[in-house]
Parts: sequence; C-alpha cells; structure tokens
Amino acid sequence: MAESSSSVASASPESVAVAPALHRGWLAKIGFPLAVAVAYGIHLSISKEEPPVETRNYSILLAILGGLGLFAGILQFFLTGFRRWMQEMWPILAVAVLLFSVAEIVTTGVRLLPLPYFPSPPKILQSAIDDRVLIWESTYHSLFLLARGYMLGVLMGLITGVSIGWFRTARYWGMPVMKIVGPIPATAWIPLALILSPSATLSAICLIAIAVWFPVTMLTASGIANTRSSYLDVAKTLGAKPSYLIFRVAIPAAMPNIFLGLFMGLGAAFLTLVVAETVGVKSGLGWYLGWAREWAEYGKVFAALGIMAIFFSTIMTGLFALRDRVLVWQKGTIKW
Amino acid sequence: MVTTSPSLISEGAALRVHGVSKRFVSPDRSEFTALDNVSLSVKPGQLVSLVGPSGCGKSTLLRMIAGLETPDSGDLLVGTEKITAPCASRGLVFQDPNLFPWLTVRKNVQAGPTARGVRNETKQEVEEFIRLVGLENFADAFPHHLSGGMAQRVALARALINHPQILLLDEPLGALDAFTRMRMQDEVLRLWRARGTTMIFVTHDIDEAIYMSDSIVIMSPRPGRIEEIIPVELERPRDRSSAEFLALRGRILKMLHFAGDEH
Repeated sequence: MAESSSSVASASPESVAVAPALHRGWLAKIGFPLAVAVAYGIHLSISKEEPPVETRNYSILLAILGGLGLFAGILQFFLTGFRRWMQEMWPILAVAVLLFSVAEIVTTGVRLLPLPYFPSPPKILQSAIDDRVLIWESTYHSLFLLARGYMLGVLMGLITGVSIGWFRTARYWGMPVMKIVGPIPATAWIPLALILSPSATLSAICLIAIAVWFPVTMLTASGIANTRSSYLDVAKTLGAKPSYLIFRVAIPAAMPNIFLGLFMGLGAAFLTLVVAETVGVKSGLGWYLGWAREWAEYGKVFAALGIMAIFFSTIMTGLFALRDRVLVWQKGTIKW
Repeated sequence: MVTTSPSLISEGAALRVHGVSKRFVSPDRSEFTALDNVSLSVKPGQLVSLVGPSGCGKSTLLRMIAGLETPDSGDLLVGTEKITAPCASRGLVFQDPNLFPWLTVRKNVQAGPTARGVRNETKQEVEEFIRLVGLENFADAFPHHLSGGMAQRVALARALINHPQILLLDEPLGALDAFTRMRMQDEVLRLWRARGTTMIFVTHDIDEAIYMSDSIVIMSPRPGRIEEIIPVELERPRDRSSAEFLALRGRILKMLHFAGDEH
C-alpha cells in the first residue's frame, strides 16, 4: 500500500491536489465482487417462486457483473491507474448493487410496496429488455430534439448576452425585456407554442430554446459587463480593435460565467424536453414514460426513469468535460 | 542633459504635455482636480520618473499619455501628433501584470501582434522576446503558474513586442519583493538601453526613481501639479550607496516633506 501511494504521488503533479483514496483496505479490493455475490444470493433465494422468464436476465446481469468484478480484481495488479480508479469507485458501485438488492427484498421479498406500482429490479430489467427497440428510438428522438433546442437556445443566448453585456444601447432596451419576459418558465409558453407552431416538434425545439436562452443570456451578459477594465485597457494599448476586445478579451474573460449559464440552461432544457414530450411531441423518453404509465406498465416506467438518469447524466458529464477543456487556464480555481 | 544617451539610435519618440487639466466627479458628486495645468517635455529615449504621494495624478497623467483618458483642457503630443486614442506605439504596463489568464505566456506575448493583424510575421520575434525575459521554459504555461516577477516580465515582453515609441510603466515593480525588484530594475534598464524607448515610470520608491531615471518629476496632490523636475546626472550603473545618490535622495525626501522637517 505504501508503494501504491508513492507511485500515485509521482504520477503527475496535478494528482497531488486530489484527495488520497479513502478506501485502501481489503474491502476496497474485493468489495464489489463480494457485493455482487451477496446480491446474487439474495436474488436466487427471493425469486425462487417467480416465473423464470422474468428473473433470468437479472441473474445473467449479476453473473456478468461478478465476472467483471473478479477480472478487474486481477487486472489491478498490473495497472496502477486502474487500481486508483478502482479504489475510488469500488465502494460506490458495491453500495449501488446492494441498493438494488434492498429494492428486491422490499418488493418481491417481503412485498412491502403495493404491487403493480413498484415492480422488482428483475422485472424492470426485463421490461427494458422487452421494449429495447422502442426505448432506443425514444432515446434517439429525445437526444435529437434536445440537441436542436439546446444549440438554438445557446446560440441565441450568446448573441443576446454578448450584445446586452457589451453595448449600452442593447443593455438599455434589452435588460427590461429580459427581466420581465425571461423569468417566465419555458413550459408556460406551451399553450401559445401549440397554437403558433405548425408542428409539435418545432414548438418543442422553440420551447427548449427559450428555456436555455434566458440563463445563458443573463450569465453571459453579466460576465461580459464585468470584464476587468484593466484587461480592456491593456488590450487597447496593445492596438486592439473593438472586435478583438469583444471576441478575444470580453468573451474569454466571461467564459466561466458563460459555462454557469450553459449548465443552468441544460437543466432547464431537460425539464422542458420531458414536459414537451409529455404534452405535445409523440416520441421521446418523456412520451414513452407517459405512454407506459397509461398502460399501467410500471416496469417500463421505472425502466424509462433509469434510462433518463443515464441519458441526462451522460450529457451533463459531457458538458463538464467540455468546461474542463475550455477553462483549463482556470485549473485549480474552480470548485463546482 | 546627457547628450550621449541612447536616444541617438532610438526608436523612442519625444513627448510634450502642454497645460493639461483633468477633473473627476467622485461617486458622492464632489469634483476633484486630478491634474491642474500640468506641462512636461520628454526627449526621445529619456527615462523619466513620476514621483509623488497618492492622489497627485501621476496615474491619470500616464493614462492620458496612453490615450485611455482625455484631458479637459490642454494637449498631449507625441512628436507632432496629438494623442486622441490608445495606440500600439504607446505601451502600458501596470502594477498588476494583467496578463490575460486564458492565454499561455506565448499567446500573451503574441497578443499585440494578433490584435494588429501581424501575428504570422512576428512568430520568430515572439520567441525572441520570451527568451529576452528569460521565460523560454514557461512559454506554454498559463499565468496562474507564474510568480509575480515572472508575470511582470511577461507583461514587459508583451508591451515591448509592439516596439512602442513610448513605454508607460505604472508602478510596474510595486508588488514585488525587494530582491526581485532590484533585479527587475536592472532588467528594465537593460531593455531601455538596448532599445532606446522613451520610458515614463510611475513609482512610489524614491531610490528606484534615482537609480533608474534621467530625470525625476516630483508631483503634489490636490490639485495634482508638478512641483519640480530634477535631472539625475549620476554615472550609470548607479551606486545606491554613493554620497551623491544619498544627497539627491535627501533632497527629494525634503521636497516631499518626509526628511527631518520639524512639524
């Protein structure tokens, strides 16, 4: 263990700032396969009475996870970086697996929760597998819709934000509009959007764009307006023209703020996406969720929730990764 | 004054400040006079220090020469040309280096050429300037990795690569520790001698002013005025502990009412 910590310290200067791994004991090394084994045992003993079609895939999934866990346990002896990642992640993954076991005990095991509404994890998995084509299509539709709406909103938000932040006339006329119209939740525009727009998809794109546009505009504008005047002074004495001042000084200086707006906008976009798909658009994960609920297929409802969790968190993670790339110059100063 | 100054081979320009006044309105609506009828003439390639207590308008004067402020009355001329706006031929270095934190050292030095649209022609020169200030190992580092002295050297290189005719320095060494500061003084002098740039140097430090300048402009506050212009005719490199140095120091301190005055 001593040699593992020293090899980490010498790996790269940045990793020094990272907190040392919390869990270094034997539990950290075999915790995950052990948790899977426990879950497997619980699963077998509880689901004896259940129809095998509904439970077999869950058994297979647990077996695969257990196999991967054992394989990883061997792999860590050869890869230092992987070992560090494993020490960091193993406890979380182990607890996650055990939480599914708890869910299985509470549902199928002791039948604590009313039944059609709270299916067991094996049934949820089976629902997802049964409906995989539709779920895949729904995810694809949601992603495509979200991407169009978000891009449009970001583009509009950056244009209005930079204008309001930089030009005094734009600020004078734009700010009141932003302050009065901006705080209206995008979903409140739904009735109007349905009347005005020829297609449900187009109106959904516009709604998402509006939801994104407001936070991006406000934060971009404040970032631009608060550009340190000494940066602008320096740039002017270096011979900068207005375009340089805007695009190469004010916008980079506002970038941390702009990213705050992008994150807030993304959250608003998720919300608007799901609502728009529930009320208007006849495709996507939001639509699928409502459709499954109407048919009282609660396994599919939970499956859809699970897919959404993965879908949204992956996109969020992507935006975080982009931020870390763009704001690399801030490294060490941002903590959010 | 010293006739064999580097001005003969210089790219520096002459500066004339003629009867300049500037009033500011403070947030509580009271007006104050930052500069009152200030006149000053600087020969090409001269290094002139502005010394005085805070509020004497030295930074305002510097910002006016840079073109960042306009006078209420009076003229500022570079050669025969009136100063109306900031220009790449008049570089400015602040006490805070004000490096663009989102650019690497190299790109910071390159900022001037990029802004003027001559980036490709000056790639070679950028490297030379980075070497000139001794930061070739940090060319790709971001400013937050640099120490105060290193950052200030980058700021100097960034200003110098534009080949300014006049370099304005607003307490550029004020935030550095005593040793770094003395080293940087020699560095600035070396650059000044090598290039013959006219330099106007705002400082609080009288030793620094005597050590570096051809002449020292003593300013007084409320309203900001020029009290006296003192030529420094000591041999370079100057000895900070020589009798002449100390005598001049005493004279300036007395002028600023800090030395042995009975209250």
